[in-house]
Amino acid sequence: MAKYLLLKHYRGAPTAPNEAPMETWTQDEFDAHIAYMDDWADRLKKTGEYAGGLALAPEGTFVRYDGEGRPPVTDGPFAETKDLIAGWSIIDVDTYDRALELAAELSAAPGKNGKPIHEWLEIRPLLTEPPTITG
Amino acid sequence: MTQATDETRLRALTPQVLAVLVSRGADFAAAEDATQDALLQALHTWPHDPPRDHKAWLITVAWHKFLDATRADTARRRREDRHDEQPTPGPTTSTDDTLQLYFLCAHPTLTPASAVALTLRAVGGLTTRQIAQAYLVPEATMAQRISRAKRTISDTRLDQPGDVATVLRTLYLVFNEGYSGDIDLAAEAIRLTRQLDTAIDHPEVDGLLALMLLHHARRPARTTPDGNLIPLARQDRARWDTTLITEGIHTLQRALAQDRLGEFQAQAAIAALHADAPTAADTDWRQIVEWYDELAGLTDNPVVRLNRAVAVGEAEGPRAGLAALGELDETLPRYTAVAAYLHERDGEVETAAKLYMEAAEKAPNLAERGHLTREAARLNGVLRGDVDA
Repeated sequence: MAKYLLLKHYRGAPTAPNEAPMETWTQDEFDAHIAYMDDWADRLKKTGEYAGGLALAPEGTFVRYDGEGRPPVTDGPFAETKDLIAGWSIIDVDTYDRALELAAELSAAPGKNGKPIHEWLEIRPLLTEPPTITG
Repeated sequence: MTQATDETRLRALTPQVLAVLVSRGADFAAAEDATQDALLQALHTWPHDPPRDHKAWLITVAWHKFLDATRADTARRRREDRHDEQPTPGPTTSTDDTLQLYFLCAHPTLTPASAVALTLRAVGGLTTRQIAQAYLVPEATMAQRISRAKRTISDTRLDQPGDVATVLRTLYLVFNEGYSGDIDLAAEAIRLTRQLDTAIDHPEVDGLLALMLLHHARRPARTTPDGNLIPLARQDRARWDTTLITEGIHTLQRALAQDRLGEFQAQAAIAALHADAPTAADTDWRQIVEWYDELAGLTDNPVVRLNRAVAVGEAEGPRAGLAALGELDETLPRYTAVAAYLHERDGEVETAAKLYMEAAEKAPNLAERGHLTREAARLNGVLRGDVDA
């Protein structure tokens, strides 16, 4: 088994074939989109392949250390960052091909007019524990 | 007796209890659930009220759990029949029953991950929560994985001959997962392989057990206190566990004496040659290359040929190692790390430093990435003239 992180981008991913700004969707279209993603996660829970997931608020702030005894410095929030993560899921699957298959299913979530968005999802392998035997 | 040994002893009874329930006619999935419930109750009750006969207690409790569960989903009449025919607990299992459970839980129809999960629960007696924690997935996910595995094998009869190879692969996977969380999977894999070894006479079971023992012996020397990997050549061999090495070598000799060589025996032979060398410089690399040649004939796993290239580099010099490496697919995991090492041995420090950094970016785990990054930093220090090579 190997774990993969699936990242859903608000921005920063290539443009999806059926992309349409969310403010142009109807409420039903939005509900159907969310329901589709919930179903996807539920299905993976039943197959024992779901390892977690959360949605993120779109607005974030940069923060850094500013020296001993000084409060952290923040910058932002930025409305126009290039890359914006909407949420993530972690799946635990037997093969990379299975990970691609599941990502593609999620990417078929319906958007405007109820048609699959074909949204680009980013897939990243999680680093593991080192194996006991390597040679 | 500490609580940990108590739990280990308790879990060692798992397959026997489960086998009794199955032999009394309980279907595997229900019997497994009932056994698990009985184990949990034992962990809760025994510390203040230990039974005289552990196994009999577990069988009685598990049987009652099974009947209770059955009551919940079958008709009253049938339940009463079951109560009427309740047998008395007794020593009704043999090592054959345990062996059949291994076969069932690693059945070829299961995916490797399902076989691992089911084996740890039904043979190992671990709870779903412990298995979930060890594999870093939510408990609900692991519970589903286990119940799907049980459904997959629900029509399989316990009395059919099993496939030793899939059992061994399953135990190997458990061992190789290493150590994460509360459960020491490597130690658990050794326990389960020892138990299997008493149930069946097969040279590859000995081979796998020897391989595990020889690698486990090195564990105290494999990492620094803060978790950094120490490569074999730089390990403090005084910290290797000589008791485990001795047992591993005897187990391997017993296997090899049967003259039915297999993959695990060949891997164990390589580990034994490392264990035998008082210092890294004393390693008999020529014999190790010969064993890798044997191993390459037994398996088409490309990792074997990668490791063989390292061994050739040690036996015949880094150029020969690089030549052997050149015949392999560059996309193999750890190919770049091996190339970096061989180039360093060949005195090409700059190339090696670049390759180590490249290898670090491709490393499949944090410990290796850290190790390779430090190797790159070490060589870059040499190149800057900070330190001697």
